[in-house]
Amino acid sequence: MQEPQITEDLIAAHGLKPEEYAEIIRLLNREPSFTELGIFSAMWNEHCSYKSSRKWLRTLPTSGLQVICGPGENAGVVDIGDGQAVVFKMESHNHPSYIEPYQGAATGVGGILRDVFTMGARPIAAMNSLSFGSLDHPRTRQLVHGVVEGIGGYGNCFGVPTVGGELRFHPAYDGNCLVNAFAAGLADADSIFYSAASGVGMPVVYLGAKTGRDGVGGATMASAEFDDTIEEKRPTVQVGDPFTEKRLMEATLELMATGAVISIQDMGAAGLTCSAVEMGDKGNLGVELDLDSVPVREENMTAYEMMLSESQERMLMVLRPEKEAAAKAVFAKWDLDFAIVGHTIDEDRFVVRHCGAVKADLPLKALSGTAPEYDRPWQETPAADPMADVPGIDPIDGLRALLSSPNYASKAWVYEQYDSQVMADTVRLPGQGAGIVRVHGTGKALAFTSDVTPRYVRANPVEGGKQAVAEAFRNLCAVGARPLAATDNLNFGNPEKPEIMGQLVGAIRGIGAACTALDMPIVSGNVSLYNETDGRAILPTPTIGAVGLLAHLDEIIAAAPEAGQLALLIGESHGHLGQSALLYEVFNREDGDAPPVDLGAERRNGEFIRDNRALIAACTDLSDGGLALAAFEMAAAGGIGVQLDTDDTPILFGEDQARYLIACSFDQAEALMVAAGQADVPIAAVGRFGGDIVQFGTAQAPLAELATLYRTALATALD
Amino acid sequence: MKSAVIQFPGSNCDRDLAMALNRVGGAGPAQIVWHKETSLPAGLDLVAIPGGFSFGDYLRCGAIAARSPITRAIVAFAKRGGHVLGVCNGFQVLTEAGLLPGALMRNANLKYICRTVGLRVDTTDSAFTAGYAPGQEIALPIAHHDGNYTADADTLARLEDAGRVAFRYTDNPNGSAGDIAGILSANRRVLGMMPHPERASETAHGNTDGAVLFRSLADAMAPA
Repeated sequence: MQEPQITEDLIAAHGLKPEEYAEIIRLLNREPSFTELGIFSAMWNEHCSYKSSRKWLRTLPTSGLQVICGPGENAGVVDIGDGQAVVFKMESHNHPSYIEPYQGAATGVGGILRDVFTMGARPIAAMNSLSFGSLDHPRTRQLVHGVVEGIGGYGNCFGVPTVGGELRFHPAYDGNCLVNAFAAGLADADSIFYSAASGVGMPVVYLGAKTGRDGVGGATMASAEFDDTIEEKRPTVQVGDPFTEKRLMEATLELMATGAVISIQDMGAAGLTCSAVEMGDKGNLGVELDLDSVPVREENMTAYEMMLSESQERMLMVLRPEKEAAAKAVFAKWDLDFAIVGHTIDEDRFVVRHCGAVKADLPLKALSGTAPEYDRPWQETPAADPMADVPGIDPIDGLRALLSSPNYASKAWVYEQYDSQVMADTVRLPGQGAGIVRVHGTGKALAFTSDVTPRYVRANPVEGGKQAVAEAFRNLCAVGARPLAATDNLNFGNPEKPEIMGQLVGAIRGIGAACTALDMPIVSGNVSLYNETDGRAILPTPTIGAVGLLAHLDEIIAAAPEAGQLALLIGESHGHLGQSALLYEVFNREDGDAPPVDLGAERRNGEFIRDNRALIAACTDLSDGGLALAAFEMAAAGGIGVQLDTDDTPILFGEDQARYLIACSFDQAEALMVAAGQADVPIAAVGRFGGDIVQFGTAQAPLAELATLYRTALATALD
Repeated sequence: MKSAVIQFPGSNCDRDLAMALNRVGGAGPAQIVWHKETSLPAGLDLVAIPGGFSFGDYLRCGAIAARSPITRAIVAFAKRGGHVLGVCNGFQVLTEAGLLPGALMRNANLKYICRTVGLRVDTTDSAFTAGYAPGQEIALPIAHHDGNYTADADTLARLEDAGRVAFRYTDNPNGSAGDIAGILSANRRVLGMMPHPERASETAHGNTDGAVLFRSLADAMAPA
């Protein structure tokens, strides 16, 4: 088949800038072929190369005693003791989900699960962080339904419990929803599998689903802004097959146990191209591929299409030749395709043959290592203007406004569509702070949380970045877990605009400072840029997924208080209402600065909670909605009322950081007060749990009425 | 009790069910039996068919699994009077294999539902339910997209008359006829149920209402 002539339009259509194309010519000393152009565009797009963000990502803390493997592999690996490791990552599937919500979200889940089991870990927990436009926008409902069904459809069938997540609505996401999927798996610390190939002449083996034309150009699409041609992009979205993924996972783990696997890489963005180049690059080897052996499900596929296909549920491995028969038997058992499609070579070349012709012959190292890196101009986000006065309100009315908002109402409508208990190790279900999963066959447990407050990040990227990490830290501490490490999923607008680049730089600085101070290194992550439609950017949304360890199930701090217990507030309250939930939901205002984050106080107060877990009957962290929403959520979890002494609007709804609300007995409270004095931790008795009303000062309402509002608001808005 | 748990491609509660069976002890751990096998291990007291998405549920749920080689052996085992438990997708397989009447349709709200629901134990006259009190109200998790039990009027009447409804929802989540959550075969030795007893079978689950079912089975199968 005749390959198309390379023209300026064709280069632009591949998302390559003229200077990038000039660099290709310089590297090759010749014009690339059409297939080669496709390969370069796949390797050098933002999604695969992080060309705008790499300079800043390098500043993040990524090491620590607990870290076995930081960023750069399919997922991060963290030690959890006893020779075991947790393997995790979060990744976005924003653009595909907006184009085709069910399949976009489903394949996002599939991709992140593959990242985890590619490392040799059995997935044990999933989360998702979702941001949608205003519910008044005509597409929002359809997107929410499709995305939630897609996530459930994939994860439920695959058989991983979804134990946490986030859901928010804001008009800034009207044309660009965010779907960030997290997965964590369990592995033996000495049996982690990496992507670096080793040995010359080793067979490169393709396994999993057959290759089709779906997703050709997907990675390039994910690195472009949207405009009104979006409907035409639908064919670039891949179709998920969770049943095949489940078999692929079982077969991969069985194969790894036989000792046949030298290196492995899943085929994600830019499929065969990225995976083959990565294995060669990491192992300092070349790779030769023979596309005639690739299992295909469509006729007459070209080399270009095969190299760029993003068909799902596929893996590339380098296997020990002497174990080929054992490997074949495993894949035959699970009825999966298995083909030797190439071999490693002792030259720095990436050679692709098809139908008797060489379709690509490229310097492999250059392809992978010399992707352009930009030091894009950036502009510091200006300090927020001083906030206008906030009128005092009836605090119960304020609470009602939050509970009836889809942003703060119960998310049961979402998480009840996800299987949260498959594998029978879930010990804390979604909806009560961090989700907790037992480490199978042990008394240990892992806690998972996902957090970010985009309004804060827009107002103040540095403090907002810190806050996302700090809130994740608090959610883990509040259940009694020791925070171990984090993954970041950085969702921003167009980095070629200095003010957007300024948001990215600021947020990374804040995240870095917080991760260092709280000893939560970033071990994996993903960057999603160009989240803009018709020039309008999303709220900067650096989602933080974090994992904590509980040495024993007894260490879990409950969420539900009991009648007669006191309500104690840990941390300092200044009544910070800037960028608060109350301001947005009641006054429709988004002004003021983000709350400042005192990382020393975060660490001290979080450690205080964990050190004194024996004195704490129940606990939650304070975040959006402040003391009022935290007290209500605890009361609702326990099915009992709560009475707080104050009716002061800033004290009830302020969003100062480093705070927790505790329920405990009178005796425990006395002991906690003493311990807090010694640890220099601010503590105050603010009320009590019991009865069947929620009361702030003299304002009150029946718990049952508020709880109904809380439980039904989201379904009312969506169904 | 000597038990086997069947593994179809796409089963994902096989390990969970085996763990629950192992916790009540018996003659060694439950054996995992791959669907391509044509016979069951000798001397079994119980065959358990787990939840999940056998063959992706890409046809009717359970329809392809009902035609797997092992299913012929399970049907023969049941015909000989063996005890068979099908949970969730396992229940769907049992109806598709003809061991239990009726069918499981899409939930009435057309959505997947995962939550703990209230159930009433409708009969204690079976090895599965003997450990419950008659009419006892319990809570078990459900997690399914197709749990809406349906059968023709005659079949429903026959089930009711013979006391073959094992569990009934106290607040019907999925539209099932007669609030039916689980039914027994005519010889009361095959139980299909949508709720997951294995997910409520130890203290770490925060609910042990399901453990009673496994304990009942172990007691019933214990050598006299």
